[in-house]
Amino acid sequence: MSKAILGEKLGMTQLFKGDLLIPVTVLRVGPCVVTQLKSKEKDGYEAVQLGFGEIPREKVEKKVNMPMQGHFDKAKCPPQKYLAEVALDPGEFKVGQRLTVDFAEGDQTDITGVSKGKGFAGVIKRHGYSGGPASHGSRFHRAPGSVGQCATPSRVFKGKKLPGRMGGDKVTAQNLQVVEVDKDKSLMMVRGSVPGPRGSIVLIRESVKIASKGKR
Amino acid sequence: MKEIETIERSQMREDIIPFQPGDTIKVTIEIKEASGSGEKRTVRTRTQAFQGLVIRRQGAGARETFTVRKISFGVGVERTFPVHSPIIKDIQMIQEGDVRRAKLYYIRDKVGKAARVKKKKFTS
Repeated sequence: MSKAILGEKLGMTQLFKGDLLIPVTVLRVGPCVVTQLKSKEKDGYEAVQLGFGEIPREKVEKKVNMPMQGHFDKAKCPPQKYLAEVALDPGEFKVGQRLTVDFAEGDQTDITGVSKGKGFAGVIKRHGYSGGPASHGSRFHRAPGSVGQCATPSRVFKGKKLPGRMGGDKVTAQNLQVVEVDKDKSLMMVRGSVPGPRGSIVLIRESVKIASKGKR
Repeated sequence: MKEIETIERSQMREDIIPFQPGDTIKVTIEIKEASGSGEKRTVRTRTQAFQGLVIRRQGAGARETFTVRKISFGVGVERTFPVHSPIIKDIQMIQEGDVRRAKLYYIRDKVGKAARVKKKKFTS
């Protein structure tokens, strides 16, 4: 059974493991609720819809509109702050089922999040161009330089790397090893960094690369 | 953020003596040595001492580190350790120093007598 769960990025710290110092990202993982199962007959595709972050009862009236309330009533669960669809086999889940951390230490995971927005960024930051010398009479500093040829093709090719909005994209960090799991506090620590700012919602899945290796 | 603080607190050691930049300390560390490979691979642990002047303490909580400087065979050697690292077996105070700044980087440019730090007169 493939695993997937929603969580919140809490931040980074370090852990001493034996005589090694390991950089870790701390995640609050679940509990999640299966709010809907998408089926081929009804929706045209198969997926599992997960909800994360229970809305406190006193805020339900203000935050949840009637169609959404109806949606949560169907799953017999309290209204959730975030919903996400994951391409899992719906046959393995039941509507209203609660999911908690079921990753173990040493598991490999893929974590998807929305990266930090960098605003309108130049080519050095956005595409890693090297730029020109800062001094010695140089008048070429951080500009992109030439964007193409002359009369042939007399246009700039599509996909040319130029300045623009950077960050705020959906990014997946692959093969992050689970370093520690605290089931009571539903915390999980993975080695390395995870996309997005603190407090952002991330989707944690079993690593695709390791999973495919096992099948071969 | 509370969760991270708890995690960091659990990583911290309480048996580390207080020391400051300017102090001369002796850090005893455990070193793992591996020899051979495969079935013949053996791991031996031994201890090694590093004695010198603390020139910096940096960071806070479980992430705090300190740097010790000594002159070894005429060459300046600096080693940075995490304060709460499990490889540190013991820290011994050799001499408390009296200094006026937190980072003693100026010591690097001094040679011989000038590279000393005043001894603390009144220890609290």
